[in-house]
Amino acid sequence: MARIAGVDLPRTKRIEVALTYIYGIGDSTSQKILQQTGVSPDRRVHELSDDEVNRLRRVIENQYKVEGALRTEVSMNVKRLMDIGCYRGLRHRRGLPVRGQRTHTNARTHKGSRRAIAGKKKAPKK
Amino acid sequence: MSRSLKKGPYIDPKLLERIQVMNSRGEKRVVKTWARASTISPEFVGHTLAVHNGNKFIPVYISENMVGHKLGEFAPTRLFRGHGGKLSEKRIKTATA
Repeated sequence: MARIAGVDLPRTKRIEVALTYIYGIGDSTSQKILQQTGVSPDRRVHELSDDEVNRLRRVIENQYKVEGALRTEVSMNVKRLMDIGCYRGLRHRRGLPVRGQRTHTNARTHKGSRRAIAGKKKAPKK
Repeated sequence: MSRSLKKGPYIDPKLLERIQVMNSRGEKRVVKTWARASTISPEFVGHTLAVHNGNKFIPVYISENMVGHKLGEFAPTRLFRGHGGKLSEKRIKTATA
């Protein structure tokens, strides 16, 4: 029913929270949109009138970059870094953290789950 | 932390001067430089600069996309040879390719 920017909003959640299911809209953007459209943040999605949904949809489509367009922009930015061969691009290429974090340990978010290394013994149990 | 906007970007003055002279004469030569911290200004576009990486000079052809980055970003200072045996050899090849 309430379909905004190609995303179905969860029907039973408060609209303030439901909007954050859209890629590119977080807590603060969601609050700003609601203030701008005059929709109460406490209303549940299924309680909204068609008119209110349309107002939200219009604001989001005209003023915010969300979902596909935003994803494209982000990946284009990364691609640019990789193409010009700068340090940040190299880090992206190798799947390592880009902003100078340590990689001796941690960095699992960007590196993904651990890969087994051939010939490495596990520590013996006591 | 980023640099104060009041100061404007740091561009190595000597390097900029040399580039400007070359631009006015319309010549293109590879310029060796140690100024890794220097921002790439629009005047640099089209030139090839040899940027020092602590060991040797890495030739960097400046394209329009690079403006605003620092020269050092294009001359990596570390060489990762990989861990372990055969696997890492492959990795070196992919890294240099």
